[in-house]
Amino acid sequence: MDAIILQILNGLDKGSAYALIALGLTLIFGTLGVVNFAHGALFMIGAFCAVTLSKILNLSFETIDPTKTDFLGNPLKVKTPYVMEWFGPETGAAIIDWAVPLAILFSIPIMIAVGFIMERGLIKHFYKRAHADQILVTFGLAIVLQEVVKYFFGANPIPTGAPDAFKGSFDFGVLLGYDPNVIIYPYWRMVYFFFAALVIGGVFAFLQFTTFGMVVRAGMADRETVGLLGINIDKRFTIMFGIAAAVAGIAGVMYAPINSPNYHMGMDFLVLSFVVVVVGGMGSLPGAVLAGFLLGILESFASMNQIKSLIPGIDQIIIYVVAIIILLTRPRGLMGRKGVMEE
Amino acid sequence: MSKTTMTRRGVLKTGAVAGAGVALPTIFTASSAAAYTNEPTGSSVTLGFNVPQTGPYADEGADELRAYELAVEHLNGGGDGGMMNTFSSKALSGNGILGKKVEFVTGDTQTKSDAARASAKSMIEKDGAVMITGGSSSGVAIAVQGLCQEAGVIFMAGLTHSNDTTGKDKKANGFRHFFNGYMSGAALAPVLKNLYGTDRNAYHLTADYTWGWTQEESIAAATEAMGWKTVNKVRTPLAATDFSSYIAPVLNSGADVLVLNHYGGNMVNSLTNAVQFGLRDKVVNGKNFEIVVPLYSRLMAKGAGENVKGIHGSTNWHWSLQDDASKAFVKSFGTKYGFPPSQAAHTVYCQTLLYADACERAGTFNPCGVVEALEGFEFDGLGNGPTLYRAEDHQCFKDVLVVRGKENPTSEFDLLEVVEVTPAAQVTYAPDHPMFAGGNLGTCNPGA
Repeated sequence: MDAIILQILNGLDKGSAYALIALGLTLIFGTLGVVNFAHGALFMIGAFCAVTLSKILNLSFETIDPTKTDFLGNPLKVKTPYVMEWFGPETGAAIIDWAVPLAILFSIPIMIAVGFIMERGLIKHFYKRAHADQILVTFGLAIVLQEVVKYFFGANPIPTGAPDAFKGSFDFGVLLGYDPNVIIYPYWRMVYFFFAALVIGGVFAFLQFTTFGMVVRAGMADRETVGLLGINIDKRFTIMFGIAAAVAGIAGVMYAPINSPNYHMGMDFLVLSFVVVVVGGMGSLPGAVLAGFLLGILESFASMNQIKSLIPGIDQIIIYVVAIIILLTRPRGLMGRKGVMEE
Repeated sequence: MSKTTMTRRGVLKTGAVAGAGVALPTIFTASSAAAYTNEPTGSSVTLGFNVPQTGPYADEGADELRAYELAVEHLNGGGDGGMMNTFSSKALSGNGILGKKVEFVTGDTQTKSDAARASAKSMIEKDGAVMITGGSSSGVAIAVQGLCQEAGVIFMAGLTHSNDTTGKDKKANGFRHFFNGYMSGAALAPVLKNLYGTDRNAYHLTADYTWGWTQEESIAAATEAMGWKTVNKVRTPLAATDFSSYIAPVLNSGADVLVLNHYGGNMVNSLTNAVQFGLRDKVVNGKNFEIVVPLYSRLMAKGAGENVKGIHGSTNWHWSLQDDASKAFVKSFGTKYGFPPSQAAHTVYCQTLLYADACERAGTFNPCGVVEALEGFEFDGLGNGPTLYRAEDHQCFKDVLVVRGKENPTSEFDLLEVVEVTPAAQVTYAPDHPMFAGGNLGTCNPGA
C-alpha cells in the first residue's frame, strides 16, 4: 500500500508537467487548428529563462585575492555578484536563492513574445496547409530552437536549484501512520503540483468567466459564425498562442529545479505530451489535464520493481500500451468530441 | 535484321566476367602499392578523431577535441610540448610522426553506435585515416573498435569504462588507456570500508547498457567481498530523465547506501533527484545514508552542482594532481583554452602521444608494428605514474584516483578532491578474470 501511495505522489509532478504542456498544445490546436511540435521547445525555453535569470543575478565583478592562486598558479580572481554588492550580502544572497520563482515574472513577457513571433513569423503561413506540413515545419523549428540553446548554454545539464526553504522532503508516511522514511516527497515537487493546479485552474477560469474567453470558446466551436458577427477572431487566437506559450514557459521555469535543464528536455516531454493530448481527446482541455495526470501516474507505477520484474521494460512502453488500449476502446480519446480532426 | 537472345545464365556469366575485370586492377594496385590500410605516402599522416560533437555528451566530446588538437600541435613541434617533455619514452621529437606532419579529420559519433561506425568508416575510406581514436561511451567504443579491427587500422579508445572493451569485446587492433569498472570497484572498496564500515546494505541504480552492467557487477562484487550486502539492483532506461520513481522506494528497502551506476546526464539527474528526496539527510539502520557515484567526471560534477559535495567516486585522472606531467599538461591546456582539462581530455591526449610514440619506436605506421610496440609497453610521465599496456588484453594498468565532491570549492573548476591514489597493483587482475572472460584478442589486422 505504501508503495502505491508513493508512486501516486511521484506521478503527480510528472503528470503536472504533462498536463501543462498538453493544455497548451490543446489550446493551440483547438483555436488555430495547428499541430505544434515546437511546444516542447517552448517548455525548454522556459526552463532556460530560469537558467538565464540565475546567470544574470550571478553576474559578478572580479577582485584579485593575492593570498590564493588559481589552477595555473596565477593570483586567484574572486567573483562577487553585483546583486550582493548593491543590496548587501544577505539580501543579495536571498535574491539569488529565489531566482527560480522570480524567473516566472521574467519569463512571462519573454514567452509571450517568443510565442507571438513564432505565430506571426512562421506558423501563420501554415494554417491552410495539411497537418503533416505543420508537423514538419514546427518540428524543424523545435530542432532549430534546441540547437540555438545548445550553442549558448552547452550540452550538459545546468543545475538550477530551488530556494533553500524548499530543499529536502516531506514525510507523508508519518502523517498517514507509517514509519518514518517510508513515504517521502520532496517539497519542491509538492510546490510544482500546486503551482500546476493553480495555472490549470487559472486558464480554465480565464476561458470560462471572461468575455475574451467566451469569444475564444465560441471561436473554437464555430469560427465562421463568430467572424460573421464582426469579431476579429484571428487576433484573439494569436493572443491565445501567446498564452499557451507562456503556460509552457512557466511550466518549464518551475521544472528547472526538479531536473537540471538541458537543451533536449523539450523533446523528452513533447512526444509524451502528444500521446497525452490524443488520449485525452483532440481539442478537449479537461481531457488533456486528466490524461496528463493519468499517464504520469501510470508511468510512475510501471517503474516499480515488482511490476518491472513481471514485465521487463514495461516502464518504457506503458504509456503507449495504455494509449493503444484507450484508443481502441474510445477512438476519440477519453473526452474527445465528435467532429474534431474527422472531416 | 539480327536478333539477340539473352539467357539468364548468359547475363550472369557476362556480369561475373565484367565484375572480375573491373575488380582486378584494384586488387593488384591495392596489394602492390600498400602493405597496410591507408599507408601514408605523402609528407603527412592523417589521424581520425571520432568524438560526440552533438548529443548529450557533446561537452565531453568538445573537451576531447581540444586535447586532440593540442596533442597534434605538440607532435608537430608547436606550443610548449606539454607531456611530450615528461613522457619517459623519448622517441618523439616534435617533427610529426616518422617525419610526417600530423593532420587530422574529425567525425561526430552522436553517442550512437551506428553513427559512430559510419563516421569512422568515412574517415578511413574517404580521408585515409591511419588511426581512429575517441568515443565517450562504451557502446560506441566497442562498435568502432570492431570496425577498426576489420578495416585494418589502429583504434585508440577514448573515454570508455566498460569491462567489455578490453574484456569479452577486446580486439588486437584496439587499445585502452582509460580505467574500467573493475578497477573502480577495486579502488573504491577499501576507501568505502574505512568510511562507512563493513555492515552496509547497498542499493544499485544502473544504466541499462554494457557499461552500466559491468560496473554494477564490479562494484557489487568488490563491496560484497568486504561484507556489504546488495539489497537490490534496478536497471534504469538510458533515455530516462526523471529518476524519482526509482529513487523513492530506496529508503523503504532497508538500504543505507545508494550506488549510482550512471554517467552523463543520467548521473546528473539521478543524483539531483536523490538529493531532492533528502536521502543524504536520512538515518537508516542507525547509520547515515550515503550515496556513491563509482565513475566521476568533473564535467558531470559541474552539472550536478552542489549535490556532489561529500560524495565519493573514482576517476582516471584529475587536474589537481601535482606530478610534473600533470602540471605540464594542465599548464599547456590551461594556457591555450583558459580552463583545466577534464579526464576525457587527458586520456585522449595520452592515447595520441602513445600511438605516435609506438609508430616511432616501430619505425612504421603498419598496425601490426604498432601493436607489437604497444604490447607490454611500460612508460611513465603521462600523469598516472608508472603504467603498463598489458599485452594480453591491451588495457593500461596504472594508479586509480578515489575522489570526493569538495565541500568548499574555491573556483568553478575546483569541484573534486583526490582522497586516495590507489596503486596499480591493487587494481590489477588476471587476464582470464571471469569479468573479462569470453573474448578473444585475435591477431592484428593490417588490412589492405
